[in-house]
Amino acid sequence: MESSCPTPLGASDRVLLAHGEGALWSRRLIREVFVRAFGGSEHDPLLDGAVLPPCDRPIVATTDSYVISPLFFPGGDIGSLAVHGTLNDLAVMGADPIGLTSAWILEEGLPLETLRRVVDSMAAAARAAGVRIVAGDTKVVPRGAADGLFINTTGLGRLRPDARLGPERIAPGDRVVVSGTLGDHGIAVLSARSGITFETEILSDSCNLHPLISDLLDSGLEIRFLRDATRGGLAAVLHEITETGSYSIEIEESRLPVSSQVRGACELLGLDPVHIANEGKFVAVVAEADAEAVVNRLRASAFGRDAAIVGSVIATGPARVSVRGRFHVVRELDEPTGAPMPRIC
Amino acid sequence: MCLGIPGLVVEIIPDPAFPVGVVQFGGVSRRVSLAFVEGVARGDHVVVHAGVAIARIDPEEAARTLALLEEVDREAWRGTSDLSSDGTVT
Amino acid sequence: MKYLDEYRDPELVRKLVAAIENRATRRWTMMEICGGQTHAFLRDGLDGLIASRVELIHGPGCPVCVTPLERIDRALAIASRPEVIFTTFGDMLRVPGSTLDLARVRARGGDVRFVYSPLDTLEIAAQNPDREVVFFAVGFETTIPATALTVHEAKRRGIANLSVLVSHMIVPPAVDAILGRDDSRIDGLLAAGHVCAIMGHDVYPEIAQRRRVPIVIAGFEPTDLLEGVLMLIDQLETGRHELENQYRRAVRPEGNVAARRMIDEVYEPADQTWRGIGLIPSSGVHLRSAYRAFDAVERFEVGEISACEPATCRAGDVLVGRLRPQECPEFGVGCTPESPLGAPMVSAEGACSAHWRYARRSERVPV
Repeated sequence: MESSCPTPLGASDRVLLAHGEGALWSRRLIREVFVRAFGGSEHDPLLDGAVLPPCDRPIVATTDSYVISPLFFPGGDIGSLAVHGTLNDLAVMGADPIGLTSAWILEEGLPLETLRRVVDSMAAAARAAGVRIVAGDTKVVPRGAADGLFINTTGLGRLRPDARLGPERIAPGDRVVVSGTLGDHGIAVLSARSGITFETEILSDSCNLHPLISDLLDSGLEIRFLRDATRGGLAAVLHEITETGSYSIEIEESRLPVSSQVRGACELLGLDPVHIANEGKFVAVVAEADAEAVVNRLRASAFGRDAAIVGSVIATGPARVSVRGRFHVVRELDEPTGAPMPRIC
Repeated sequence: MCLGIPGLVVEIIPDPAFPVGVVQFGGVSRRVSLAFVEGVARGDHVVVHAGVAIARIDPEEAARTLALLEEVDREAWRGTSDLSSDGTVT
Repeated sequence: MKYLDEYRDPELVRKLVAAIENRATRRWTMMEICGGQTHAFLRDGLDGLIASRVELIHGPGCPVCVTPLERIDRALAIASRPEVIFTTFGDMLRVPGSTLDLARVRARGGDVRFVYSPLDTLEIAAQNPDREVVFFAVGFETTIPATALTVHEAKRRGIANLSVLVSHMIVPPAVDAILGRDDSRIDGLLAAGHVCAIMGHDVYPEIAQRRRVPIVIAGFEPTDLLEGVLMLIDQLETGRHELENQYRRAVRPEGNVAARRMIDEVYEPADQTWRGIGLIPSSGVHLRSAYRAFDAVERFEVGEISACEPATCRAGDVLVGRLRPQECPEFGVGCTPESPLGAPMVSAEGACSAHWRYARRSERVPV
C-alpha cells in the first residue's frame, strides 16, 4: 500500500533524523551497519555498556575526535584514521590496547553507502590491529550541522609493566628521533581537496604504530618519552615536549627525513614539511648512548624504515625549540597560526 | 613575490588553444599551463608559478652561473675573513 | 631537485659570504622588493651572514601586504554573499580588512576556497553553474599572465559565472617612487627575478641612471641572492649605477613575450593605491572593455566600503623601509601573527611576519 508518510520504512538511501531518534530506525541502523561490521551478531542484545575482563595493570584511557574533510583521501579515510589515531595515542603512552569505543555524529542526508564504507574501513582497521570496538553511540544532526560525519573514539589500554615514559625523564644530551618521513598525511589530504591536485598520488601515512612501538619498548633501549606527531607536524610535537618539561631542543634541518613527493609538493606550494600533519609517525626522546640502536631497530620495520636522529635536548630551562638551518645559522622553530596555507608569494 | 619553482617537463598535452604539460617537481607531478613557453619540449625545465610556466630555464646560462660561482673570488676566499663553524662571519 | 639544490650548496654560500666580506670596504644599504627574497634571506639567516657589510631593507615586495584596504573590504563583502564561491590564493586568507578577514568570513558561512592556480577556478565555475565564482586576483607581474589567461579562457569557453576582483600591482613605478624619496638611504637595489622573467628589464637602466642607484636582477635561491649582493657591492665600490642580471638562466632582456602579449590583451594600465604607501600612477591594471564583463567590481554591488586602518599600524613605514619591524612599538605587543594589525604581519612574505618567524631571538651577528 502506498503510504503518504514522509518517512516510509526502509526506503531511505540516506541518513535521516529518524535514524538518531533512538527508536526502531536507530536500532536498525546500529544492527545493520555497525554491529554487523564490528563483528557482533545481529541478534546480540544491545546493552548500555561493555563489560571488560578485569585487568592487573593500570588502565590507560585516551579519546580523540575525527572531523577530517574529505572523508576519503589517498591512503586512508576517516574510519581507519579514527582507529589508528587512538591506538597510536595508547601506544605512545606505553599501553597495549584492550578495546575501542566509537561515537558517531552523522549529518542528515549523508548517503548510507558512504556511511557503510567508512564503518567497514574502521572495522577492517580494528581487525587488522587485533582490537575490538566494544561500545558505540550514534546521533544524527540536521543538515549543515556536521561535515558529513564526525567520529569520536575512546581507547582503553593496559599499561606495560616496563613502561617508564615521561617528560620528567628527559635530560640534556638526549637525542630526538623521528620514526619516518614528515608531512605525508597533510600533503595527501591537501591534494585531495580541489584546487591542489597532483598527477602523482601522495598517500597518507595513517597506520597503527602499536606493533612498532611495542617492539621498540621490548628492546630494552633507554626510551625517555614518546609522542605521536599529528596536526601541526613535528614542530607542534617539539613545542609540546619542551613545554611539558622545561627544555630546549635543537633540531638539524638537514637531518629531517622527507620523501621526494612531499618535498616537491612543499617547494611548489611554499610549505615547510616540519609544520605539516602526520598520522603514522612518532617522536622519541632517547638516551644519547642508545640513539643509533633505536634508529636501527625502527628501520628494520616497514613503518620505521626512514627513522632518523634529528636533534638533541640541549638544556633545561625555558621551553625553546630551535633549528640549525642549511647554512648552520640557528633560528627559532616557528609555529604558524592555523593550518599552513599554500602560497604564491 | 613570487614563488616560482623549476620543474622538468615530462609530458606535453597538445592543444593549440590551451597548451598544457605535466611537470615534475621532485617526487610529484602536476598539470601546468605551457601557454607562455612556446616551443618547450619534454626534457626541458621550466619555472612554474601559480600553475603556469613563466620561463624556460636556459641550461647553458645555468651552467655558466654555477661555473662562475665556483670561481668566485678565489683570492677573497683565501683572504682575511673567517667563517666560524656556525656560519657567522667574524 | 635540479636547478634548485645546486643553488643551495653550502660551500658556494660560504665562498660568496667570504667574497662579500672581502669586496666591501664599508657597510652598504640595499633593498629588495620581493617577498620571496625577503623570505629566503631571513629563513636561512643569510641576512645575518652578511650583516657586517650589508644592511638589508625589505621593501613592499609582498603584494598581499600592499593590496589596498578598500579592495580587501570589497573582497570580504563579496565573499559573504550566499551565491558566491570566493576563490583566493592561500596568502590572502588571514589578511586583515577593516573588521574581518576571509578566514572569519568562512567561519560565518561564506564559501571561501583557496586555490594554487587561478586556472583551477575555470573548473570550479564549470562544475557549479548555479553559483557565482569570484577569483581574488592579487599579485605582481609574475601572476598577472596567469589571471589574464584565466579571463581569456573564460571568455573563449563561454564560462559566464566566473569573475575576477582585480588587485594586481606593477613593480617598477613603485621602485622609482621609493628610490626617489627624500629619506631614501638605499645604495643598491635587488630586483625581483620572476617579475623580470615576465616583463624583461628594459625599464630599469633608465631608473638606475636617473636615481644613481645600481640595480641587479636576482633569483631566489641562496647563491642567487648572495651573488646579486656581490654584484651590487662591486658596482658600489666602483661608483657604477647600472642594471645587471644575475638570474640569467630565467630572465631574458625582453622577458616573456607571449606573457606580455596576454597581459596586454586582457588588461590596461591604471593608477593604483598601495596600502600603506598611497597612490602610485600607472602601477596597477584594469580589465579592458572587451573583458569588463568579468570584472567583479561591476558585477557585485556591495554598497559603501569604509576602509579604516588601525591607527597604530606602521605598515606603511615598514613597507618603504623607513622602519624595521622590530622597531615598531606594536611588534609583538599589540601586533602578532595571531592578532595582526596589518598585512605585513600576516603574509608569509611580509617583512613583519618574516622577522617574527625567523629573526626573533635567534643567534646571529648583531646588526
